[in-house]
Amino acid sequence: MERIKTLETRNLCESAKNGGCGECQTSCQSACKTSCGVANQKCENTNK
Amino acid sequence: MVHQYQLNGYNIVLDSCSGSIHVVDEVAYDIIALYPDHSADEIVTTIMEKYGHRDDVTEAEVQECVEAVEGLVKAGKLYTKDTFADIAGTFKERSGDVVKALCLHVAHTCNLNCSYCFASQGKYHGDRALMSFEVGKRALDFLMENSGHRTNLEVDFFGGEPLMNWDVVKQLVAYARSVEKERGKNFRFTLTTNGVLIDDDVIEFANKEMSNVVLSLDGRKEIHDRLRVDYAGNGSYERIVPKFQKMVESRGGKNYYMRGTFTHANPDFTKDLFHMADDLGFTELSMEPVVCAAGDPAGLTPEDLEIVKEQYEILAKDMLRRDKEGKPITFYHYMLDLTGGPCIYKRVSGCGSGTEYMAVTPWGDLYPCHQFVGGEKYKLGNIWDGVTNTALREEFRSCNAYARPECADCWAKLYCSGGCAANAYHATGTIRGVYEAGCELFKKRIECAIMMKVAQEDQQ
Repeated sequence: MERIKTLETRNLCESAKNGGCGECQTSCQSACKTSCGVANQKCENTNK
Repeated sequence: MVHQYQLNGYNIVLDSCSGSIHVVDEVAYDIIALYPDHSADEIVTTIMEKYGHRDDVTEAEVQECVEAVEGLVKAGKLYTKDTFADIAGTFKERSGDVVKALCLHVAHTCNLNCSYCFASQGKYHGDRALMSFEVGKRALDFLMENSGHRTNLEVDFFGGEPLMNWDVVKQLVAYARSVEKERGKNFRFTLTTNGVLIDDDVIEFANKEMSNVVLSLDGRKEIHDRLRVDYAGNGSYERIVPKFQKMVESRGGKNYYMRGTFTHANPDFTKDLFHMADDLGFTELSMEPVVCAAGDPAGLTPEDLEIVKEQYEILAKDMLRRDKEGKPITFYHYMLDLTGGPCIYKRVSGCGSGTEYMAVTPWGDLYPCHQFVGGEKYKLGNIWDGVTNTALREEFRSCNAYARPECADCWAKLYCSGGCAANAYHATGTIRGVYEAGCELFKKRIECAIMMKVAQEDQQ
């Protein structure tokens, strides 16, 4: 019986290898302006 | 670090450091909770005591589930060790003094007189002023000169009310467009407006040039008009809603957000979001808790916070219903891209205020972000001489997901990246403090956003 289902997610440990290009949007710039959240930012690295 | 929670009928297990998300039944939920401190035999015994009466739970099968949990741990998808503290500061160090986003305060004045305005009716506790083209042009040059190898540069036309200086906005966009190619840059402009001065010219220009427009609307007419009034005390709802609708309708799918603020007057803010969606036809929505000084009557009370948390659940469930019915709406804080989201460097580095992101006043002074404008001790420098208060920049550079001891055991720190420096400052007097009420709401939002992903997967 399948008791555990795992969603497909970006592996954060793996992203340490080729991440950090800095091209993504600045966290507060888009819509909130009063709170910081990075989870809803899109990755814009063209060399992933 | 593992965070387990139950929401909307789902048992959700989040492995913070790998970013893995598991949806499990109650047996596996308990096994995962027992796993770190118990042997396999102890787990089987405990689980059989609790669930042994059920036909679908046998000893062999529980043993199998324990092994599956073990497999996930070995695969780096559960109880993944937190090894990111060492890289938390490296990204900003590696980026040096690169600046890639500016909030241009083109107008320190406003045609509305909203009592809850964090910017004190656009004046930021100072004089009224409009940014000249020369100052704005120098700000754009400062950005290009200091952006290193970054291609994408963001500029938000902000205020006060930026449409009170519209001609300068248009001239600045034209200037940026005229030089961006030869400088190897790509400008992305955002306009944040209260809508009062929107006309056909604004709509046409903004739809062509602004990759995002942020339109301030608090929701229901009685809520909006309670605080968003002109200097004669008249509410602005009737004047701005048709303009917003026209602008959004003609945007052709380009980004926009209806951006509201909720206060003590409407902790039941989903009514305002649903009004914007159902009665006004807007689909891209953002709603934020008010930021104000302690004791302000608009401020959210501890009782309000409980209501707000319930509201986030109501919103998430209703958005799932709308998805099913083929009439989806977007809520800014529930946008999660599980496979294409930010890398670990972004997640640990903090919001970038004071380093890669700065605000520029009409006079060309630089501040760490729009929320620090007007506080003299937070002046970083100016667009001619650059950052001269380097100690302040270093203070902001040191803000990251690992900068606060209070966050050490928090499962959400790779989602908030250490939180908003301005919120921390307003709540505690230091940018390295923790705005606890904000954390509570943030965590609730992330729980809801992840639950929605789980439910969407479940429905497929």
